[in-house]
Amino acid sequence: MRDIRLIDRPFIPGTLIDPFTQANPGLGGVCTFVGEVRAEGGVEALELTHYEPLTLPGMNALADRACARFDLMGLLMVHRIGMIRPGEPIVCVSAAARHRRDAIDTVDFVMDHLKSAAWFWKREKRANGWHWIEPRAEDHADLARWKMPHPE
Amino acid sequence: MPVRVLFLGQLADLAGTGEISVPAPLDWDGLLRSVPAAVAERLPAETVKLACAGQVLADKISLCAMDGDEVALLPPVSGG
Repeated sequence: MRDIRLIDRPFIPGTLIDPFTQANPGLGGVCTFVGEVRAEGGVEALELTHYEPLTLPGMNALADRACARFDLMGLLMVHRIGMIRPGEPIVCVSAAARHRRDAIDTVDFVMDHLKSAAWFWKREKRANGWHWIEPRAEDHADLARWKMPHPE
Repeated sequence: MPVRVLFLGQLADLAGTGEISVPAPLDWDGLLRSVPAAVAERLPAETVKLACAGQVLADKISLCAMDGDEVALLPPVSGG
């Protein structure tokens, strides 16, 4: 079961994860990551823009690569767009597999790619105005881990 | 139909608008002449990508947008 989408309003991760888990009977493990907007550094809001022709197709291509690389039963990848408040979920990735390692590694793989190589542009609103955000060096280093040779 | 040129992310701030309309056909030199100077300065950078009709161009200089095409100017992504 594959569910890849963009959402332009607040969502409750449990309402996505429960049906996703139910839709993969016989799974051996499910791993879920939920990212939220941090309430620190005086951030009042985060605005995420995307480009329709590239962003969702890019997420689907990432799902294809995850499915080719890991032994998966299902993959859920949901990303917020638009204006997001601190404390609200911004991303939810859940992987169902027969064995735990595939589920855990898939979520790690997908998150590293979403964090620095997905078609999103992000800016933060602080007291002194809007500031554009670029990936941190750590995000690029996290992504580079997956470029090493691996058996496929 | 003209070519629709879209400015994404911080390029929209530099352009002062989200999009402009430019007569077709539109090539790389024409694009540089059509966008505000602050944007034109950024376009040659390797980190700035160009999409035409929904496809990211491997070589920006080869841009050849026809009637009704959408050209998107894509600054470095912030990631999700």
